[in-house]
This record gives sequence, C-alpha cells and structure tokens, in this order.
Amino acid sequence: MEKWYLMTAVVLLGLTVRWTVSLNSYSGAGKPPMFGDYEAQRHWQEITFNLPIKQWYFNSSDNNLQYWGLDYPPLTAYHSLLCAYVAQFINPDWIALHSSRGYESQAHKLFMRATVLIADLLIYIPAVVLHCCCLKEISTKKKIANALCILLYPGLILIDYGHFHLGLALWGVLGVSCDWDLLGSLAFCLAVNYKQMELYHSLPFFCFLLGKCFKKGLKGKGFVLFVKLAGTVVASFTLCWLPFFTERAQALQVLRRLFPVDRGLFEDKVANIWCSVSVFLKIKDILPHHVQIIVSFCLTLLSLLPACVKLTLQPSPKGFRFTLVSCALSFFLFSFQVHEKSILLVSLPVCLVLSEIPFMSTWFLLVSTFSMLPLLLKDDLLMPSVVTTMAFFIACATSFSIFEKTSEEELRLKSFSVSVRKHLPRFTFLPRIIQHLFIISVITMVLLTLMTVTLDPPQKLPDLFSVLISTELTSANPPLLLRKTGPELTSVPIFLYFICGTPTTAWCAKRCHVRTQDSNWQTPGRQSRTYT
Amino acid sequence: MAALSVMTGGGSWFLALALGVTLLKCLLIPTYHSTDFEVHRNWLAITHSLPISQWYYEATSEWTLDYPPFFAWFEYALSHVAKYFDQEMLNVHNLNYSSSRTLLFQRFSVIFTDALFVYAVHECCKCVDGKKACKELTEKPKFILSVLLLWNFGLLIVDHIHFQYNGFLFGLMLLSIARLFQKRHMEGAFLFAVLLHFKHIYLYVAPAYGIYLLRSYCFTANKPDGSIRWNSFSFVRLISLGLTVFLVSALSLGPFLALPSIFCLWFKPQGPRGFLRCLILCALSSFMFGWHVHEKAILLAILPMSLLSVGKAGDASIFLILSTTGHYSLFPLLFTAPELPIKILLMLLFTIYSISSLKTLFRKEKPLFNWMETFYLLGLGPLEVFCEFVFPFTSWKLKYPFIPLLLTSVYCAVGITYAWFKLYVSVFTDPPVGKTKKQ
Repeated sequence: MEKWYLMTAVVLLGLTVRWTVSLNSYSGAGKPPMFGDYEAQRHWQEITFNLPIKQWYFNSSDNNLQYWGLDYPPLTAYHSLLCAYVAQFINPDWIALHSSRGYESQAHKLFMRATVLIADLLIYIPAVVLHCCCLKEISTKKKIANALCILLYPGLILIDYGHFHLGLALWGVLGVSCDWDLLGSLAFCLAVNYKQMELYHSLPFFCFLLGKCFKKGLKGKGFVLFVKLAGTVVASFTLCWLPFFTERAQALQVLRRLFPVDRGLFEDKVANIWCSVSVFLKIKDILPHHVQIIVSFCLTLLSLLPACVKLTLQPSPKGFRFTLVSCALSFFLFSFQVHEKSILLVSLPVCLVLSEIPFMSTWFLLVSTFSMLPLLLKDDLLMPSVVTTMAFFIACATSFSIFEKTSEEELRLKSFSVSVRKHLPRFTFLPRIIQHLFIISVITMVLLTLMTVTLDPPQKLPDLFSVLISTELTSANPPLLLRKTGPELTSVPIFLYFICGTPTTAWCAKRCHVRTQDSNWQTPGRQSRTYT
Repeated sequence: MAALSVMTGGGSWFLALALGVTLLKCLLIPTYHSTDFEVHRNWLAITHSLPISQWYYEATSEWTLDYPPFFAWFEYALSHVAKYFDQEMLNVHNLNYSSSRTLLFQRFSVIFTDALFVYAVHECCKCVDGKKACKELTEKPKFILSVLLLWNFGLLIVDHIHFQYNGFLFGLMLLSIARLFQKRHMEGAFLFAVLLHFKHIYLYVAPAYGIYLLRSYCFTANKPDGSIRWNSFSFVRLISLGLTVFLVSALSLGPFLALPSIFCLWFKPQGPRGFLRCLILCALSSFMFGWHVHEKAILLAILPMSLLSVGKAGDASIFLILSTTGHYSLFPLLFTAPELPIKILLMLLFTIYSISSLKTLFRKEKPLFNWMETFYLLGLGPLEVFCEFVFPFTSWKLKYPFIPLLLTSVYCAVGITYAWFKLYVSVFTDPPVGKTKKQ
C-alpha cells in the first residue's frame, strides 16, 4: 500500500506505548500470599513444565488448584509450556516446582513482558493492520488513522496479560469476512480453545457461516462448505483436546475447571444486569442454583436471538461485525459468572466498527476503559490509564472528526428516529441529547477519577466511588449498573440506570434490525417487541 | 460541541502532534534516569537553601553548579514549586535522594518546560516555504518538519529518559533562528544572548550569530553583485547588537575549523539560510574538534538541520545521514535492559518516518542516497545486533568490554564526518543571495 511508512510508524508507536506501559507495576506485585494474575501466569508455566499432562487440571499435592489452578482450555496450557521452555533456558529458578512461588525479580518481569509483546507483535498487531487495509470505501489516510486508534485502545494495553485469544479471534473475523472460511473458522476454534470466553463470539460466527451455506444452496456447494467447516471445527478441537480424551474423567474435569457453575451467578464487582437487579431482588437467595443457570441462559439467548437470525438470513461482513458487538454485549449483560475484564470481549468488535460509527464506538471504548478503573488503580496504573485514555481520545477525535459526525444519519439511528416521529412528531433532538450525554459522561468520568484518587469515601458509604463509577451516565454503554453495596445505597444510581437503560437497549436493538431498508422490520409492533 | 469540533477540525494537526508526544513523554516517566537527575536535584537544593553568594562555592555534592547564572535562577524558580511535591529533595545533604514524588516533579518539570520548544517549532513552521502545493497533509513540509522536531528521537531519549533540560534551551535557540528568518533581528539576538547565559555550550554557534548579524543587519544594503556596501553601515544597529551579542561571542573557544564558513558568511551572505548553514557547521565543527565534548552535543547540529532538510533535497540527504548516525551514537547512553526496546522502537520510528517522508517530499528529484550511503546506513542494523545481542554472550565480553562502545563511536564518526564535509561543500557551492535590502 502507499504510505506504508506511516502504517509502520503507527505499529512502532503502538509497540512503544505497550512496552512503556508494561514498565509499570503488574497485578499483585509484592502482595503475598496470593499476588495476582501475573503470578498466575508464572505458576501455569511452572505446572505445565514440571507435571505430566494428566495432572494439569487435577488437584494434587504438587498442584494445588486453590492457588491459581489452571482454568483455561488446553491451548493456554500449551502456550504456557512453550514459555516455560524459554524460561528454563534463561533461568530455571523462575519455574522450579514449589520453590518458585511468588518469584519476583526485574529480569523475570522483563521476560514475562517480552513474551506478551512478542505474542502481540506476531498475532494481534498484524491482524489489526490487515483489517484496516481491507476496509473498503475509505482513503489510505483513514485506514492508517483507524489502525492508530485501534492500537491505542487503552483497555488492551493496560490489562497486563497477553491477548492472544483476541488476536486469534480477529484472524478468525478477517478470514471469514474475506471468504477464507476454513482458515477463519480454524483461527476462531483455536481462539476458543485458548480462552473459553471467546464463546461470547461463537454464535455470530456460526450464524454467519450457516448463512453463507444457505446462500450457496443447501443441496450443492452450501452443503459441501458446511461439511468442510464442520470437519475443520471437529479436527481443531480434537487436536487441542487429544491428550484429554484418553479418559472420560480427564475431559470432565477440564470442563468443570472451565465453567465453574458452582461459583454462582456473579462475582461481587461486575457491572451487569444480575448484579444490579440483585440490589432490589436478591436473586441469589430467591432462586435455587440450577434455576439461576436456566434463567441466565434463557435471557442471554433471547437477547441475542434476533440479531443472529437476521445474520443467518442476510449474511454480510458488515452485519457480521455488528452482530459480534450485540452478541458479546448480550453475553456480558446476562451471562453467568462474568468478569470485569470480559468487557474487552465487547471492545474488540467495537474497535472493528470504529470506522462506521466513530462517535458511538469512541464513547463506548472510553467508558469501557473507565469501567476498569478500580481494577487498574489496584495495580497502581493511574498515570498510564490517564495518559493512554487521553491519547486514545485525541487520536479518535483528530482521525474521525467525531464531533462533526453526530447527525441522525451518521449515528445510524435514522430509521429509529423516523419511526418514533410517527408517534411524536417533535422528536428531532436525538443527536443533541446524545451530544449532551457524551459531554456529561466525560465530565463525570473525569470527576470520578479525581475523586477516587484524591478523596477518601465517607465512612458510611465505603463503596460510594465504586458505585458511582459503575453507574456513570452514558447511553452508548450497557447500563454499567450498581455494584452490590448492601443497605448503604443512594437512589441516584437507580435513576441513572433508567435514564441509560432505555436508549441503550434501543440502540442495541437498532443495531440488530434497522440498518437496511427492509420494510418488514420497520413496523412499530415489531420494534416494541425488542425492547426489554 | 461546536467549539470541540473546531478544535479537532482541520488545522489542529499541530496540536495533536504536540499533545501526542507530551503523552508519550508522560509514559517515559518510570524509565531509567542517569546521574544528571541527581545533578539537577542538587542544584534545586543549592539554589533553594543557600544564599546567592554561596551558589558557586557549595561543594557538598560532587555535582557542583557549572552552568551560567540564568540556569541557576531557573532552578531557583523550580525549587519554589518543588517544595509542594517533596520538601526533602531541597536539602543539600540529601545526596541521591529520589523519592517517587521527586521523580514525578523532576520529570514533569522537563515536560512542562518543553512548552517553549513546542512554541518555537510552531514559529519555525511559519518560516518553512509552503509553496509546494500539496493537498495531502502528510506531504506538506510544515507537517514533516513538525514531526522531525517535536518527535526527535535524540531529544526524547536525552531529555525524558536520561534526564536533562535541553527541550526549552533548544526552544530558545530555534525561536531565535525563527526570529532571524522573520527579519526580527533584535529579538533573535536577544534570545540568543539569553540562551548563552543558560548554557554556555551554545558558544559554539555564537560566531555564526555574530558575523551574520554584523554583515546582514548592521550593513543595511548590498551591492547588486552581493558584496558589501560599506557606506550602508548603521552604527545604531551595531551598538545595539553590541550590547547583546558581540561581547559574548568574543569569548568563544574557537571552533577554529569553522572559520572558513564564517568568512563565507561575511563575503558571500546568503540570507537567513546561509546563517543557518553556518550555525550548523559551527556546531558540528566544535562537536568534532572541541574540548570535552559530550555525545549529546550532536543535538546542537541535528535540530537546526531539520529546518534545512525540508527545503532542499541535498540538505535532506545530509540531514538524514547526520541524524541517523547522530541518534545511533546516543545509544550507549541508555544501557539498561528495560530501555532497550524503547530505544530501538523509537529509533526505528524516527528513522523510518524521516527517510520515507523526505523521500516522498523530494520524489521528483534525484534519489536522496547513493549506494554507498545506503549501505552505510543499513550497516547500523547489524552493528546494533552485534553490540547488544551477540557480543554480551561471547568470551570477549570479559577481556575487552569496551569493544561495543569503540565500534559505535568509530562507525558513527565516519558518518558524522562525511555529513560535515558535505555540508561544508554545500556552503561554498551554493549561489549567493544578491538582493538589496531596505530598512
């Protein structure tokens, strides 16, 4: 491509920012006995290197599952093993069984950071560059600007472990969008086998590929494609799980580690529907465990079904990307045992649609970074967070001129506004509302950050700031709702939720339905069905 | 919203570049810093805690105050802000004190004072010839110059990693150059005199200022063929200049080999561009032949050269050789492992961008490098690989630990000497500017 040197400069800048951020502290630094995610990664290298495969997922005297036991699929374990071989070559003390627990040194930190940087360089960054180069109908300069913004997205830089699975998933998206279906599905299967949370993205992949098969005709080429795809999926899963298929107990144990249904509906600090609803309605106490699972499953399925059905009937790369966003969002809001960091699984597809709805995407990405603030503050990452967020904002604002693109047309809400105007003829102020909401949300984020850092919360409301952070006013984000704080609640968060919730769901619903001129989907009756 | 959209609209690329590099500087805060950090902390302590009469006598620490008085006043001013960060750093006896707040204050003071540098770059961009009609922003000389100056690799790693205050000093120098280009000679002279009293290393380029101002400002007009018209001499101008620059340049320590270029400046004036060329030559000559020269002094030649590089293809070629080898010669300053990826990535970023953008700017003229120069520059890659990745694992490391430094210095010396020579030739072979100047 012309101006390759600018793209190279962007990649080099992305790498530099990643490395300089990684010079800061890591999660759990100097905090025995459990430390943090960094120690977990080191521990997995220790386990996979020193123990035979059959013992990796089982509790034993050598492998205490309570101390950062492996709870990701086999590909993570193989990756850790590979890193362990390199570690063994440099300094065996880093992964010596038992005695290396809590090992911390400057050299080891450099090693861990280097493995992450190399993984990013080999998998994630080329995928981003290729994605931007393959974007249609935009100039070279815009493609490069797009790459810059995606590479500067703070969430993926600040969370300190590698995002191998996101890189693989991105290759999957690229492959499938460019009609390299087998390679794309292989890449995605590998991604799922790396981190099971990638299942959030699995339904859009399935529906898109199924739609393609239908389009090609079920009796001819479509059927052949379907068989090939099925074969690829089965083969890749078999290959990854081969060592665990020898005994039934092995496979079951791995599954039990991957899907800890015993842990309950949610951990106490994630910002999704269950956490918020449980403030008024203690779901955990009312419903028995298995019913919770069924309810969560049903709601997740209901919320993503319309988008997936549409994608199957009308497969297109653009629809695929938008469906990825809405499905990931549904899973984040309604699914079982969601972690705060899972917002990254939503952020990646939003990065992919950055060039199409820049204003909303930028807003969402800013808020998603902000939502992880308590986690980042715990790891002493205030300065890098603020700096990278500002850099991201400046990059997006300059590249896409986002403040000029807030008309109804550009926000893709034209059909929605038109149909609302049939009932309320004066509903012309949607763009202005959204602009004002954006400004308010940015101001709130800045204020909350300042307050969290400088002030101590009042004695009676110890979680006040966490609550406020998760109730931040935005209509592009899923309502980042109340955290479980018990009786010290204020009524402000509830009010904010209802302000946010309705336009948000409307936005999500419109993402699924009314992008095309399909008249079947524009009758008011059908639309009201999609509101929750 | 409208205000925001104006701000992020078409003319704000300069602001975005400046903010972007500032944010990058913030990310460099936790990196390695050299003993210069302690030097400046000590000077903060000396100027804050002791009376003026003691400033140049105080010797508790080995890093005594050895910059001119303006710099001492600058440290004094900073110390009044420092006391809100950490009072302990202002204690003269707290040798090597580096609490996290001290680090934060010092780093932020460098980043903050760089604002003057940003302003100076903005002024320099106005002096760049924008006649080449380019609709594409990234191909405009102004844009390229802004990137080359704001994102200069050498300045980034010397100021924001190694730790020094070169940013605002170079800002003063570039601003004085810009003023001379804009024919505001008195301001230019004044700014340069101020600069000299901040850091005396700039004496190297004082002859260039002295002769240029005498020849092109005090003599108010030339004859048609460009030679001097003696009766156009203006005493008023001379005296006013004398009050500022002349006395100081008389003290200059003689980069004697710069004299021919100074003569050229007198007998064949070429306007501000000629002055700039002479300034760069003075800086380079003193770098090459001066006494107790520090590696960082190469920046004194590289930064002003950026201004010339976006003007002519020949200058661009010299600039690229000079900057690439000059920046590479700064590598030994950062010898710690965590900073290794930073210096390589930033060096690649600057080098690839500068070479490609200048090549694109001058694509209609002959290629910038001949095969010899290309090979030489490409040779820097293997040299780096050998020095940093291969040599430490060989048996020579214990016996001859100085080899990487030796190789780096010798290899870069070749490039810098070559650039110096080419620049000298260009000073003598370019046609003079023969226009008559009016008051």
